[in-house]
Amino acid sequence: MSIGELRFDVAPLPRMIWKQTRAQLLNTLRIPAFSLTTAVLPIMFFAFFGLPYVHQALPNSSITVGPYLMASFGAFAVSSAMVSNFGIGVAVARGQKIDLLQRATPLPPAVAIAANVVNAVFFAFFSLLALFVFASIAGGVTLDIGTWLNLIFRLLAGAAPLIGLGMAIGYAAGPNSAVAVANLIYLPMSFASGLFIPVAQLPSFIQKVAPYLPTYHYGQIAWNAVGAPSESMETAVIWLSVWTVVLFGLALRFFRLDQNRKFS
Amino acid sequence: MVTPAIELIDLRKSFGPVEAVRGVNLRIEQGELVAILGPNGAGKTTCINMMLGLRRPTTGTATLFGIPPQDRRARSRCGVMLQESGLLGQLRVRELVDLFGSYYPHPMTPGRAIAIAGLQDHSNVQASKLSTGQRQRLYFALAVCGDPEAIFLDEPTVGMDVEARRTFLDVIREFGASGKTIVLTTHYLEEADELAERIVVFNQGRLIADATPTELKSQVAGKRISFSTSTPMFEPYLAGLEVVSMEREADRVRLLSSEPEEVLWRLHQCGVDVRDLEVSGVNLEDAFISLTSHRTQEAS
Repeated sequence: MSIGELRFDVAPLPRMIWKQTRAQLLNTLRIPAFSLTTAVLPIMFFAFFGLPYVHQALPNSSITVGPYLMASFGAFAVSSAMVSNFGIGVAVARGQKIDLLQRATPLPPAVAIAANVVNAVFFAFFSLLALFVFASIAGGVTLDIGTWLNLIFRLLAGAAPLIGLGMAIGYAAGPNSAVAVANLIYLPMSFASGLFIPVAQLPSFIQKVAPYLPTYHYGQIAWNAVGAPSESMETAVIWLSVWTVVLFGLALRFFRLDQNRKFS
Repeated sequence: MVTPAIELIDLRKSFGPVEAVRGVNLRIEQGELVAILGPNGAGKTTCINMMLGLRRPTTGTATLFGIPPQDRRARSRCGVMLQESGLLGQLRVRELVDLFGSYYPHPMTPGRAIAIAGLQDHSNVQASKLSTGQRQRLYFALAVCGDPEAIFLDEPTVGMDVEARRTFLDVIREFGASGKTIVLTTHYLEEADELAERIVVFNQGRLIADATPTELKSQVAGKRISFSTSTPMFEPYLAGLEVVSMEREADRVRLLSSEPEEVLWRLHQCGVDVRDLEVSGVNLEDAFISLTSHRTQEAS
């Protein structure tokens, strides 16, 4: 065998990205306890908090409670998909040392992370769709198609800070504590941001805290789409951008700490 | 000159105050089948991890095919089986092999990798439902599926029963026959003896021997002596003699010495009763014990 001359090449990235994304998606879909919970929880909350009041008028606005809460719980659905996919998903993968063997292969770490993003968006999209279908069938809450599409687009595009939050949790928490840590952070945060009950009806000290939370501004871009915002789109986008930088910075820090522990 | 598959130059690695690897020089040519042997904590895994770019050396350099091991082009030529790692457990064998193949520029078909690892009957089983031996075979399939030029196997047979280990070694041997570079770490001596053309012995972070199995055995001049005795305490009688190791199990004694005649004479003189005497040449295990114990004495 002649081995004098070395031939160096690498696998094409598009095929790798496609296979990695499909593999991670399949793996998650085969754990129904995980994939179903993501979709069912927002519907359940909507049924408890929203369904009885959907046709009442929303104070200080021209719309009813139905679309408002659908936007709220849509925001909750996407944020919980992001936080659980990244927070719990990444922590569990670290716990099972899935990243270890991957690291020794030619797979660039960024491809696995990109596949994770696509997966999270996929799950977020379907839990949104499930919520909308439920709201329109069970509560008769309908929007025109343009508003619906706009709402979906805004919620997915505006979710960047929540991906950052999820990654920060995923790289900082252990596999057993990640679920608790994730719930402890984003459930109270969603509540305090008015995603379950409008901010105006929350205790006054929470009302003072709310405008600093990422989920509050995330809610605003959704309420803006259905015509009931309490701040301008510009303000919300600026806040979300700042939170994106902060949370991704934090995630990067925890990611590096984790990598240094294992690979230096 | 042909580029070596692996080259380590004065490689050192410390974890805080602990020196895991203390200056290793090693060159492995393409196509060699090398076993890295050593007791637990000898620095084998740390060394493999530095070869693969999974750990950064404190000083010194490691190269794979002449380039840094972190380079994707270097990794594209290597398949790896690690001691502790996980997989997307809900995926089936075939799906995982297909996935790992996509990481490499010229993968073999998933079917072929599965056949090499002997997993044809389990290609539709989810990874989390495989037995320990089957999972090791899956890891082997993942190491070879990219049709790499070199494969690294870190303790590949750990946790396997005798039968599984035997068939697995056959699989590795067959793969090695195709001209690939294979580096495996193990603390099973018979495994190294059976498989490798070259054995590199590590002890306490240093490379203490590098030879063929036959050479290694011949480096130890001496005999293995075993006998039964009813004398409870005869060890003091052997003071001053070159005895490398001695084990006693009930009345059966096994010792390794470079002065077997002297030992037997002394035992006889002191009136130790000796029954069922056997004197034999050293096997690789004896050579290994002898090598590592000498160095330990020197170091302390």
